[in-house]
Amino acid sequence: MKAVSIKEVWVYRNRHPALENICLDLEKGDFLGLIGPNGGGKTTLIQVMLGLLKPSRGDVRILDREPEGARRYIGYLPQKTFFDRSFPVTALEVVLMGRFSKAGLFRRYSLPDREAALRALEAVGLKDRACRQMGSLSGGEQQRVLVARSLVSEPQLLLLDEPTAGVDAAQQTEFYELLSRLNARGMTIVLVSHDISAVSTYVNKIACLNQRLYYHGSRELAAEEIERAYGCPVDVIAHGTPHRVLREHGK
Amino acid sequence: MIDILHEMLQYEFMRSALAAGLAASVLCGIIGIYVILNRIVFISDGIAHAAFGGIGLGYFLGFDPLGLGIVSALLTALGIGLVSSRSKVSEDTAIGVFMATGMALGILFMSLGPGYARDIFGYLFGNILAVSWRDVQIILLLTLLILVLVVLLYKELLILSFDPLYGEAVGLPVQNLRLLLLVMVAFSVVVMIKIVGIIMVIALLTIPGAIGRQHLKSLPWIMAGSVALGAIFVSAGLVISYLLDVPSGATIILLAAAAFFISTALRR
Repeated sequence: MKAVSIKEVWVYRNRHPALENICLDLEKGDFLGLIGPNGGGKTTLIQVMLGLLKPSRGDVRILDREPEGARRYIGYLPQKTFFDRSFPVTALEVVLMGRFSKAGLFRRYSLPDREAALRALEAVGLKDRACRQMGSLSGGEQQRVLVARSLVSEPQLLLLDEPTAGVDAAQQTEFYELLSRLNARGMTIVLVSHDISAVSTYVNKIACLNQRLYYHGSRELAAEEIERAYGCPVDVIAHGTPHRVLREHGK
Repeated sequence: MIDILHEMLQYEFMRSALAAGLAASVLCGIIGIYVILNRIVFISDGIAHAAFGGIGLGYFLGFDPLGLGIVSALLTALGIGLVSSRSKVSEDTAIGVFMATGMALGILFMSLGPGYARDIFGYLFGNILAVSWRDVQIILLLTLLILVLVVLLYKELLILSFDPLYGEAVGLPVQNLRLLLLVMVAFSVVVMIKIVGIIMVIALLTIPGAIGRQHLKSLPWIMAGSVALGAIFVSAGLVISYLLDVPSGATIILLAAAAFFISTALRR
């Protein structure tokens, strides 16, 4: 069973193609880094995977189901969450929202739901903030609460759209380590990011999206490939060993 | 004071007025905070105005105006919800059109019936003293229904109010839930028309929740606080209007507004 199977998908916006002939297969346990310029369609592709956006053409299967039917097995972190800073809700209540499909319509959250929510908060280092008002947390903390919300349902597929926005560098490393552990336990992850070097350290596949998908199936992505996708020269910075994943390349 | 209260409650119309007012406080306390959090204050006001179409029709045909008012409020709630989600008409445009159409129909129907001016005044500005026991029964039934719905759908309504886009992505039936919320708003608004009138309904629906939100942090406590505040405004407003012989609807709203300004000043 493929975790994600996207075949020849086209999406049009105002008669202009936002996604052109996208083909993407992810096996269970894959960790895909999805990079690309702004407006290149990364968020659009995530929305297609969630069934929030119907492609004009092509076929999408998520975990062997229609995307809508797979939502309960997906953890999702939107690119930007707009909410009222004075909304009367605690961090724990926000995380619990991620258990919605597990709890079911009309049902109250159960004790296991609450325990899972506390564990998810612990995983992002915010257990002591559980009962704080969401609006009283810092921007980075709020983002980590939303990450916890995407993890709390123990999803088979995790879709993260720019998860490290507003999170400081030390916490970013911690966050990527957390993703590594989850991935090692078999969770399929799609990580949308601007941060090419950080992403390439942890993922096993990289794809670059700019309307078309430049996809290698391995995490070594040649500088020329990235340049073709971005349409201009890109400075690719690789970490030193042991995390070097990009080949040596000339400037 | 006790004597006066005793004297007031001798009157049948005062007892039913108080019963209707207290039930309405429960409604506005619970639905009002969702109206605030979902930013549907203008929709709610539009629904209230559109209800006038049904009220006028009932009045003209000799049916129960409150019953037909509920029907037209429901149709408006669904209409606004569907027009704004299925067509290119923006939501506030749809509200403006529905609201004016309802008012115009109401005025037209009432002008065709008997006793035009006095009764229009009652519906626009409220006439709690004309609440019948039958009205009280309808109000109690609606209050109970809405209480049950909110208890059953508490976690769904929280997701809808906080982050509907995420809700949709995790499989929450956002569209239907939003329509259901509008239906509950329609019920609440029609009930309150009896008490404070179409023009002032929106104040009674939102002020208790707005004050509760300034001082309380969790949703259930804000609801409880709003219900208590609504009950105080309605009952104190009734007593004051009885003593001073001034219109009850206006007195209730002025009390609520005064409390809101004081509360806002204290918050600073």
